Amino acid sequence: MDRIPILKMGEFLLVSIQVDMHDRLAMTLQEDLTERIVSAHAHGVLIDISSLDVVDSFIGRMLGHIAAMSRILDAETVVVGMRPAVAITLVELGLSLPGIRTALNVEKGMDVLRRAGNSRDRLLGENGHGTVAG
Amino acid sequence: MDKSQAPSLVNILNQHEPEILNDWMALQSESASRRSDLISDNDLKAQSKEFLAAFRAALTSGNEDTATAAWKPVRDLLQDLSSSRANQGFSPAETASFVFSLKQPLFRSVQQDRAGGADVLAEIWKTTNLLDRLGLLVTEFHQKSRESVINRQQRELLELSTPVVKLWESILALPLIGTLDSERTQIVMESLLQTIVETGASIAIIDITGVPTVDTLVAQHLLKTVAAARLMGAECIISGIRPQIAATIVHLGVDLNSVATKATLADAFALALRRTGQMVQRVRPSSPQEATFGPHSDS
Repeated sequence: MDRIPILKMGEFLLVSIQVDMHDRLAMTLQEDLTERIVSAHAHGVLIDISSLDVVDSFIGRMLGHIAAMSRILDAETVVVGMRPAVAITLVELGLSLPGIRTALNVEKGMDVLRRAGNSRDRLLGENGHGTVAG
Repeated sequence: MDKSQAPSLVNILNQHEPEILNDWMALQSESASRRSDLISDNDLKAQSKEFLAAFRAALTSGNEDTATAAWKPVRDLLQDLSSSRANQGFSPAETASFVFSLKQPLFRSVQQDRAGGADVLAEIWKTTNLLDRLGLLVTEFHQKSRESVINRQQRELLELSTPVVKLWESILALPLIGTLDSERTQIVMESLLQTIVETGASIAIIDITGVPTVDTLVAQHLLKTVAAARLMGAECIISGIRPQIAATIVHLGVDLNSVATKATLADAFALALRRTGQMVQRVRPSSPQEATFGPHSDS
């Protein structure tokens, strides 16, 4: 049975979804990911969906579940690389994925995770955007 | 029974074409719908002559149904004429009167040719039938070309009215002009998301100074755009909210809490600069203190 690889980069995990998701694959991914977060002491999960042409309500809900589960395990989730057409479709479906952080590409997603990590390290009550005063 | 009539109308046309043309020209020049400011006498004469020739050729075939292939040259001619007149600014009535004004000269010729004859009425009835159909065709063509003009303008307006401008490094601005309907929202969304991908922008400022009214539907469309941009990893700021619009939004119970709102584009830009960790400095050698462009500077 095929699995979606989970790569470790420093204290973050990188998941790149490149095949069509179905129920079994999604369930396996959720299990694998939660286990890896714990075993690798990860503080952030980056999910790359740039090769997905179609994101339906099922994948949308799965992403939401992964984000919620990761947050309980003290890891931030960032979804990166969504295509414009996919974003429009999700919004039209009424799925704006609240509670999931997003970034344009992997690089920016890493920045978001790092800033989230920094603000956690400083234990400051900043809202995680890591805004720099002008 | 009318089969024998068609050739006779052809005969009349063959014999009296110059007179009919002159008669027709005179009538068109006198008529109130003559637009000498839009079309010259020579052009009108050429068009009339061409039409008469095509009309005669079609009649010669003996076929009286204007939808058949024999009448195609006439239809094509009328279509060209109607669309060119529609573009020149003729009204439908002025365009149709080109065909209808041919009735009088034709009737006169028919009458002269068959003075006292029993089938003058039948002949006239047939002629008027034909010309009526052609006149309606002209009106239809005229309407169609007006519609195509309107459609083209609408498309151009859509393209023109949704520019996405790059204001600064990773800051986009989207000045919206005019009412937002679902079709425009779609185009706005698409061009915004595409520009986000191309420029890698992380903040988009949607300026609604040019949006005349905001109702629940427009607000919903705005929020959709904001949500779609967020899915692409870009934050949105809505700016240019006029006092009346702010009041309307509150009265309608629209929840804009999920998105940052600013009164002016300048305020939104300052916020965007702060969020992206950038700063614009004023270079003024005489001033000992550097003034910064931002929300905290009142200068």
